[in-house]
Amino acid sequence: MEKFDKHSGLVVPLDRHNVDTDAIIPKQFLKSIKRSGFGPNLFDEWRYHDHGEPGMDHSLRKENPDFILNHPRYRGANILLARHNFGCGSSREHAVWALLDHGIRVILAPSFADIFFNNCFKNGVLPIVLDEEIIDRLFTDVDAAEGYQMTVDLPAQQIHLHDGEVLSFEVDPFRKDCHIRGLDDIGLTLEHAAEIRGFEEKHRETAPWLFDKTS
Amino acid sequence: MSNKTLYDKLWDSHLVREDEHGTGLIYIDRHLIHEVTSPQAFEGLRIAGRKPWRTDSILAVPDHNVPTTRRDEGIADPVSRIQVETLDQNCAELGITEFLMNDPRQGIVHVIGPEQGATLPGMTVVCGDSHTSTHGAFGALAFGIGTSDVEHVLATQCLIMKKSRNFEVRVEGQLVPGVSAKDVVLAIIGEIGTAGGTGCSIEFTGSTMQGLSMEGRMTVCNMAIEAGARAGMVAVDETTINYLANRPYAPAGELWNRAVASWAQLHSDPGAVFDRTVLLDAATLEPQVTWGTSPEMVLPVGGLIPDPDREPDNIKREGIHKALAYMDLQPGMAITDIRPDHVFIGSCTNARIEDLRAAAGAVRGRKVADSIKQALVVPGSGLVKRQAESEGLDEVFKTAGFEWREPGCSMCLAMNADRLEPGDRCASTSNRNFEGRQGQGGRTHLVSPAMAAAAAVTGHFSDIRKEQD
Repeated sequence: MEKFDKHSGLVVPLDRHNVDTDAIIPKQFLKSIKRSGFGPNLFDEWRYHDHGEPGMDHSLRKENPDFILNHPRYRGANILLARHNFGCGSSREHAVWALLDHGIRVILAPSFADIFFNNCFKNGVLPIVLDEEIIDRLFTDVDAAEGYQMTVDLPAQQIHLHDGEVLSFEVDPFRKDCHIRGLDDIGLTLEHAAEIRGFEEKHRETAPWLFDKTS
Repeated sequence: MSNKTLYDKLWDSHLVREDEHGTGLIYIDRHLIHEVTSPQAFEGLRIAGRKPWRTDSILAVPDHNVPTTRRDEGIADPVSRIQVETLDQNCAELGITEFLMNDPRQGIVHVIGPEQGATLPGMTVVCGDSHTSTHGAFGALAFGIGTSDVEHVLATQCLIMKKSRNFEVRVEGQLVPGVSAKDVVLAIIGEIGTAGGTGCSIEFTGSTMQGLSMEGRMTVCNMAIEAGARAGMVAVDETTINYLANRPYAPAGELWNRAVASWAQLHSDPGAVFDRTVLLDAATLEPQVTWGTSPEMVLPVGGLIPDPDREPDNIKREGIHKALAYMDLQPGMAITDIRPDHVFIGSCTNARIEDLRAAAGAVRGRKVADSIKQALVVPGSGLVKRQAESEGLDEVFKTAGFEWREPGCSMCLAMNADRLEPGDRCASTSNRNFEGRQGQGGRTHLVSPAMAAAAAVTGHFSDIRKEQD
């Protein structure tokens, strides 16, 4: 996983509640057996006028100029400002892969769906929960100032806004550490392999039927 | 020791370790795998030179991409075919049990786990699929995970996670005939919203839940994720035990007796404290129909499409406007005036034998309306299909004009060839009415199996309680 320290960039606002992972990456693109290449199909059904399928040359497709990511002023944005319950629905990690592949490294919202939130941390994307009033204000400010940029400082847990104001945010200490150091959490868990084996042995004694099948 | 919720007990009995910040390492008993969310996990394992920790905890099945017609011809779409073949290769190489596409036991992963007895009370069950909450119906802690966590479980048999909050949804009273488990869960989502359960595990309690069959309980737990809760669960009782007895993967003999004795603990203790409790009165519930593009956009069948201009919240108002435009519906329109042109009976929510019986009951002796372009019945598994055929349900459907298909996820998410075209309107027994979910531009109304069947024969949504009079 790519390390995450400080991140600066242009902010794009997606003013919609309950953005689901089907919208973030439609099902036909889940047939890929790879982790990369999903960027051109991020928000595919909102972003293009035609129907997208894997294997198409997406650069030749007709974009929907009304969709916010296609507005010239938001091209190249890598921080996404979102609304309640972002990433709800399907567990597909492809949604995070698509955001990351498109260049999004930070998502700000008043709330996230649990599985999506967790998937972000596995891929070097930082989801930040902020109070609804702050999110409301950011939507207004981003709309008002073309080229609105911010800097997210994960070690300090601070966001430096366009006008110089500094906001604080909360993040789980374990996840913060993994993010900053770009750690593979499987490796971390395997450091406790002996403890897992010990647990497994006791568990097998207490509930042997859980170890009865399937092979 | 006392006053624990069911979730507390399941968490405590699987906690390997906990760090100073309260992050736990949780042991996983059962890992269910399908073709869509596993290939990158197996690849990651291979690249890192790691092996699966415990292959006998894994059961794999292809379900999302499989065709529901002409299985003998294989999978026509080359991209889908590669994904299923990749699962087959990974399982063969690593010695993982897989029900192949043409195995009579193949089906939707959340149907076959319980059907085989591979889902047991007291287990932790995970799958790279959000509807894993289904298995909580057995007094298990079951939840969906992303692909990185699929790899994590493969490599370590554990997951790193924080304990969630305890949320009780208590449903009391007798359901009116024609009102089903699907209506109960849709009404719950309508009440608490699609983010109502975020950060929580929901335990469904009360006399209504106790009165539901395992199929009904699975339908309710299945849609816990549609209320934002990763896990939904129901306490173990006699209904649970009776369902599991003699299932192929369930314990037998002395081990069965020991297991049953231990499962008696799998309920919330009297006086256990929940962070939140919501009560519903089952007797007042009507059949439900979703009208929008989120499962919380739901109304009783007697309702009228809402007027966005009466919604005070700006964002919500805009959301209703967008949903009505997408669904091509007008404020004030009666739900019963909505005319679907497709009917889909299937999915991990509603494709078990009881669902097919309920749907067949509303169809028997009648014909699919002329205005319906396609009516599909997709059983949840090969065994469900066989059982339905032995009861003659397939004939009931076929005589009425339904297509009787092979098992899989099918038009719930349209990854295979079964999909809506732009503008199509579907009465669906599935779980998500998101934009484009059943095919780009398709419009989905979520309903129970009996309500979907009634819509097929009348050509519009109708109150199944009256249809049954």
